[in-house]
Amino acid sequence: MKRFIAAMLAATALTASAAFAQGTVTVVTSFSKDVTDPFKAAFEAAHPDYMLEVQNKNTNAGVQYLQETKANNQADLFWASAPDAFYTLKSDLLLAQFTPSVEGLPDKVGSYDVNDPDGFFFGFAASGYGIMWNERYIEANGLAAPAEWSDLKDPQYFDHVVMAAPSRSGTTHLTVETILQGEGWNDGWGTLKEVGGNFQQVMDRSFGVPDAVNSGQAGIGIVIDFFAFSAQASGFPVGFSYPSVTTVVPANIAIVANAPNHDGAATFINFLLSDAGQEVLLEPTIRRLPINPATYAKAPEGFPNPFEDDRFQAMIAFNGDLSSARTDVVDVLFDQLVTFQLDNLKAATYALHAAEAAMEGKDNAEAAALIEEARALIAAMPVDQDQAISPEITDAFTGGDNKTARQSELEQEWASFAATNYTAAKAKADAALALLG
Amino acid sequence: MTNLAIGRLRSLRATPGQICVVLLIAAFLLAFLLVPTATVIYVAFTEKGTSTLTLVNFLDFFRNDLFVRSFWNSVYVSTLAVVWATVFALPLAVITTRFEFRGAMLIQTLGFLPLIMPPFVGAVAMQLLFGRNGSINLLLDQHFGIKLPFMDGLNGVVFVQSLHYFPFILINVSTSLRQIDSAMEEAAQNLGASGLRLFRRIIFPLAMPGYLAGASLVFVKVFDDLATPLLLNVKDMLAPQAYLRVTSIGLADPMGYVISTILIAVSIFAMWASVAVMKGRDYSTVQRGGGGLAKRKMRKGEAVLAYGVVTLVLLLVLSPHIGLLLLSFATIWSYSPLPDAYTLANYGRVLGESSVYIKNTLIYASVAGLIDVVIGGTIAYMVLRTKIIGREWLDWAAMSALAVPGVVLGIGYLRTYYGVTLPDGTPLATMSIMVIIALSVRRLPYALRACYAALQQISVSLEEAAENLGANKPRTVRRIVLPLMMGGVLAGFVTSFSTAAVELSATLMLIQSNSEAPIAYGLYMFMQSPAGRGPGAALGVIAVILVAVCTFASHYVIERSQKALGAKK
Repeated sequence: MKRFIAAMLAATALTASAAFAQGTVTVVTSFSKDVTDPFKAAFEAAHPDYMLEVQNKNTNAGVQYLQETKANNQADLFWASAPDAFYTLKSDLLLAQFTPSVEGLPDKVGSYDVNDPDGFFFGFAASGYGIMWNERYIEANGLAAPAEWSDLKDPQYFDHVVMAAPSRSGTTHLTVETILQGEGWNDGWGTLKEVGGNFQQVMDRSFGVPDAVNSGQAGIGIVIDFFAFSAQASGFPVGFSYPSVTTVVPANIAIVANAPNHDGAATFINFLLSDAGQEVLLEPTIRRLPINPATYAKAPEGFPNPFEDDRFQAMIAFNGDLSSARTDVVDVLFDQLVTFQLDNLKAATYALHAAEAAMEGKDNAEAAALIEEARALIAAMPVDQDQAISPEITDAFTGGDNKTARQSELEQEWASFAATNYTAAKAKADAALALLG
Repeated sequence: MTNLAIGRLRSLRATPGQICVVLLIAAFLLAFLLVPTATVIYVAFTEKGTSTLTLVNFLDFFRNDLFVRSFWNSVYVSTLAVVWATVFALPLAVITTRFEFRGAMLIQTLGFLPLIMPPFVGAVAMQLLFGRNGSINLLLDQHFGIKLPFMDGLNGVVFVQSLHYFPFILINVSTSLRQIDSAMEEAAQNLGASGLRLFRRIIFPLAMPGYLAGASLVFVKVFDDLATPLLLNVKDMLAPQAYLRVTSIGLADPMGYVISTILIAVSIFAMWASVAVMKGRDYSTVQRGGGGLAKRKMRKGEAVLAYGVVTLVLLLVLSPHIGLLLLSFATIWSYSPLPDAYTLANYGRVLGESSVYIKNTLIYASVAGLIDVVIGGTIAYMVLRTKIIGREWLDWAAMSALAVPGVVLGIGYLRTYYGVTLPDGTPLATMSIMVIIALSVRRLPYALRACYAALQQISVSLEEAAENLGANKPRTVRRIVLPLMMGGVLAGFVTSFSTAAVELSATLMLIQSNSEAPIAYGLYMFMQSPAGRGPGAALGVIAVILVAVCTFASHYVIERSQKALGAKK
């Protein structure tokens, strides 16, 4: 028995060291097998002297992995969707600068910069945000397929909508930030909370949203397009539409600082951005929007093109500095006002919907005023636009010197603000309903 | 100083060999549990952005409504889960061990399966069956116009958790029941006790060590589990709150680690309490008859009832696996009671890759299980049979592994061992032996509790008798203690092995390449895309079957050895 164990240990040790053969390019990625396998095959066919070793970790785990292993880094590339993960790695000095040799790539997709201005990471694909629904679900529940973001406020969608928490999904965070920049701080949060009142759940990972819609647990999800496209390609009865104003976000790749195989990493990025690499994105299981405009010539009928489609150009210019200045504040606000207060928010929203339905076609100034007050209570924010980027608040999240309260104290303050307001809003809406009898 | 310490230990009748063993185990726990965890958790005691030590974060914890609510929710869910797990487990345990019952071994194995629910796919399968638009609710809605919220809110968590973890009680109680000598039962019967009274006054108390071992595991495991609450999207419980904070990108927020620290403290307290309950009571019996309780033949009515109860419970607890099986053969399954059509393609897709996953899983889980029973058995022996100072600390330290979130342990390993390299530059943390050690540390509590319960049932007088006859300590352990507690040791091995086979959270951090990945990791890679759901489920079924076969084999061994003992008598 002892000898058996010793032999097994020796065997496992051997397999561990074999992974670092010559010409191996190690990539840490959050992408699924469906995405990485075709790229691995295409890359190794184009460059037979290299072998792509895929280490699959979710985005957060990948970032933590690189942070913990920096002293003796073994990874060559980091490959994921969420831009904020790349910002974190860049500010931790964990990425290497690089200039791809591929030419003819655009600087912007929609309103976002494709590449990091300092050359630390590069967009290789784009994805638009939109609304995905389960055809069987909405038919069984007698719902109309939503077309616009504002449709999701409609009472008919109460308890049918799901979305990922921005604190858990970098791409969702960008969408929230885009709404806040497009509509302004107060109106933007008003929209988010009105839609939030219709949530069935707030998911803790991006893929949770399409997963719930695919299986029919939820009817409607706010998702990145490729989740819907690849679900359709797999045969799920789901529909998808881009709203007339949408956001498009780049998915990125970067070379890790002190990469053991820097040349191999560079070769892979250049391959990824080349025609051959970009075409892999069109595969049915991947279906991401290529960053190289020329590739769209080979795309199938009806494939969206963010470089020509007006919906992607309609966005206001995105202010990246503003976004990164208040990232933590926006995430925590969303969690404390929506995610962790979902029961209260939904109760208030339900009462409000009922009162508004009763108000239909009636003239009752008192009830109307109550409804208006309830609406204002739900929309109210504990911090305004200026406070959100003030050092007094932001330092609570970064541990800086200007903070006036610890993060936990702020969270408690915001949560009780929301809970009190939602409860009061429900009371007012109930009172209005009683008046309308 | 050292001399003094050793001198004091000697005065407490510890042999040098015992001291050596304790030190070895302490070193193992220190190196692979306490130090790695401490390197991550210490953030809880520092002020954010600085390294100043403070306790203010703990004050914040109790001032924050969300955290306090989460704390009480976790207590509520864990307590109710223990109650329901008992309801599921006791009938199965009693019927299969106390009666002549066809297929008892099969039931023991099947009843064990819920523990080996692979991550992600298990969640999807549960939602497809019991979710608000799962098969059952769709059918109810179609025929009666109602829906039952099986999986909504805290009670949903209780429902799923008690289905998931009741095997801890089943396996420990069954083992305990088998250890009870039939003479005790006969004596009670001679004195006129029978039926329920016999069970309540004699059988159940004698099986108490096993029940407490199982129940405390269920409590702590449910308290610390984050997969199920996250699956049901219940976020106001402690473990998910810790997880959501620890795994968000950006600067470490101390509160995540504060919650982890509190989880660890509660777990240790629960374990201490379950030991305290037993204190001063002796459940050991001198006679080791073998064969365990006399197995009664059932009357016809009893048999019908028994089979009915067993079928009902099994159907309920195995429903996730039935869902998983359906999913693995399904083409598309969306908002319908059953899949649209069936196919073998999902298995075709995973077949080529699965052999390497299976090999790795078997190696990792079996070595981890072996390490666990060796260390767990030794700790149990030290605690119950010696007076070495610090033996309880070993016990509690080992049990605290239950509460350390996998991701914290994974990061701790990277932080502690990535800088340590082999001569060729390979970091120690990237070797698969580290995966094995991480698995064994995480599953050590299961083996430890099983061995502990087994040893509690053995009377010290048997060992004293052996020593009086001239056997030394090692010989006594080898010839008397080990054979008598074999059932418990095997139960511990099976629990550790099978749960290690589907573990993911710590390994996700440590796995370096596909060639050394276990099944759970392969599953994870599939379950990130819509097209991967079927193949993921197929891989899940393979994992379940693999572990079930191994479990069945060890039950077979247990039964055989019990029968052999009985025959000798």
